Amino acid sequence: MKTKSKSFDMKHYINYIVIGIFTLVFGIFSLAGGHLSNSMVFLFEKIAISIILAVSLSLVVGFLGELSLGHAGFMCVGAYLGGKVACLLEPMLGNTAANLLVGLAVGGICAAVCGVIIGIPALRLRGDYLAIVTLAFGEIVKSIFQNTSDESFGGALGLTTPRYDKKYLFIFAFVLVIITLIIVQNFIRSKHGRAVTAIRDNEIAARATGINVTKYKLIAFTLSAFFAGIAGVLYSFSNYTVQSVKFGYNYSIEILVMVVLGGMGSINGAIISAALITFLNTKLATVLTGDLAVLQNLLYAIILILIVIYNNAPKLKSFRAKYNIRNLMSKIIKPKNDPSKRKDDDAKWDVVPTKIEMNEILSIDVKPQKLGSDKKEGGDK
Amino acid sequence: MELILSTVINGLSLGGIYAMIALGYTMVYGIAKMLNFAHGDIIMVGGYVIYVFMAFHNPLLAILMAVVFCVILGVVIEKVAYKPLRGASPLAVLITAIGISYLLQSLAQIIFGSANKMVTVYDFGSVTFLGATVQVSALVTLGVTVIVMAALTLFVKYTRIGRAMIAVSEDKGAAQLMGINVDGIITVTFAIGSALAALAGLFYLLKAPSISSTLGAMPGIKAFTAAVIGGIGSIPGAMLGGLLLGIVECISYKITVIAPYTDAIEFSILIIILLVRPTGFLGKKRREKV
Repeated sequence: MKTKSKSFDMKHYINYIVIGIFTLVFGIFSLAGGHLSNSMVFLFEKIAISIILAVSLSLVVGFLGELSLGHAGFMCVGAYLGGKVACLLEPMLGNTAANLLVGLAVGGICAAVCGVIIGIPALRLRGDYLAIVTLAFGEIVKSIFQNTSDESFGGALGLTTPRYDKKYLFIFAFVLVIITLIIVQNFIRSKHGRAVTAIRDNEIAARATGINVTKYKLIAFTLSAFFAGIAGVLYSFSNYTVQSVKFGYNYSIEILVMVVLGGMGSINGAIISAALITFLNTKLATVLTGDLAVLQNLLYAIILILIVIYNNAPKLKSFRAKYNIRNLMSKIIKPKNDPSKRKDDDAKWDVVPTKIEMNEILSIDVKPQKLGSDKKEGGDK
Repeated sequence: MELILSTVINGLSLGGIYAMIALGYTMVYGIAKMLNFAHGDIIMVGGYVIYVFMAFHNPLLAILMAVVFCVILGVVIEKVAYKPLRGASPLAVLITAIGISYLLQSLAQIIFGSANKMVTVYDFGSVTFLGATVQVSALVTLGVTVIVMAALTLFVKYTRIGRAMIAVSEDKGAAQLMGINVDGIITVTFAIGSALAALAGLFYLLKAPSISSTLGAMPGIKAFTAAVIGGIGSIPGAMLGGLLLGIVECISYKITVIAPYTDAIEFSILIIILLVRPTGFLGKKRREKV
């Protein structure tokens, strides 16, 4: 039994391995003097930023069950403050890794502080307040940075930031992705993470078991804001200017689409869809120009609506059970250990459970059809 | 003195628009227990419908068509997007609402282009009142808002449908047992909210005769702020919050130092209210039940 619980389960580490191998291959290729085109390197950086954003938002939307519409706002804080610090330190440290690290720390911590300030009033309450407060926060941040003087944060023209050496930045970015994954995934599997998922599933029950609901909500939200800030700093290092207009509502929605498309509560899903959407965005940006660029937004809106209705509509439950990717996959690849055949000792306690439908469990005994079928059986006898 | 008077009247008129939108939010929130993010964009749709029908140079026809179109749109959205999710988690409904809002915005941009459209519905001119020059349209807005608000309060208090609305907002299950058609009531609520949004769109066009696909986004958020300040779920609260926010906004715009940060100030009020008095000024505290 003990050896089993210690055994190395590929499933938990697959995302580290894939991203690690990817980083190693391209990193060595780049460092060895191989030629990576500018657009490709830029795409890699963008993908890494998107993954960090999606994974951190997934923590709030998928695991905490709250909606944050100001993720781009936290990113904006990170990008401006981290970028500014990097600018100020450039004469001293030069454009080096130390500069990058200091920028990351400052940007991330500032975003986290903003997360605490926003989270305290909004997370004490139940309902959709966090969505509206974060939305308002995004707008506040945007308007503040837009109205700054030219010397401080560049005002409407944007802050000029040191562009990091593109040979190395994407390697740093992917290393940061892995660090983000390690922290977020371990957080979710820890005691704190369990408290967070418990709050998502039933807040009153969670409170009844002695979980300090506001505290855990705040921890998860702050962590998410911190990584959004980190992504923002990366953004400021991968671009020459940081403009607050970029971090509007639309960008927050784009990140939300990544999380929803990947499946709420699935980190790997968020990673895949973040990479996919970022890739599509850069490809579509060249095809759809001018007024056609809106088609992209239309596509996102439709994806968002259809996926949420398909995944959540109570009436589509039987349809979902019949036709889903997991069933299809299991028909092709026979699963080694079917969860239904597992004995209680083999049950995995380190896997985060998906949402438990309490109402269903409670209502099983009083289903009228069951009573009817019982009678029929009796009649036949 | 003149400046104060004109600022207050402009503030009240802007507040009237916010109150009108906040009413739609607050009613839908009270009855369907959901935050209808697409509500702000219905204002924009109303504005565009008026723009299209002003081709006939008949303001009344345009307004009527805007109201009818918005009511139909609101009901269709409710049936297609929100009804299938009844009983699902609130997060799912919220995300769908955002999707709808996004959909309406991008559709409008595709149909009408991203450039602003200019349309003058009716030029009321301005009037000098105690030395202050005030746009008549502002007074009309304020007047119509007060009338609509009074009518709505009476409607909710004294008609069968209105009382059914109160019942549904108190307890959906019990209301259903009493023979109330809950789905029907929710549809009626969406219809009323959308009609109010169409009127708000009209008032925006009276205020400034230009329209774009993001016309409704910001007023929508601000109106929600107003609804929360007044106490969400409360009709007089929406009115109070809306007027308050309108006055704050107009005063803030007049002070040069803080004028660029007006939006930030308004949202800071929301955050402070949530911190100090989460139920708003007139909201009732509800006990949580398992």
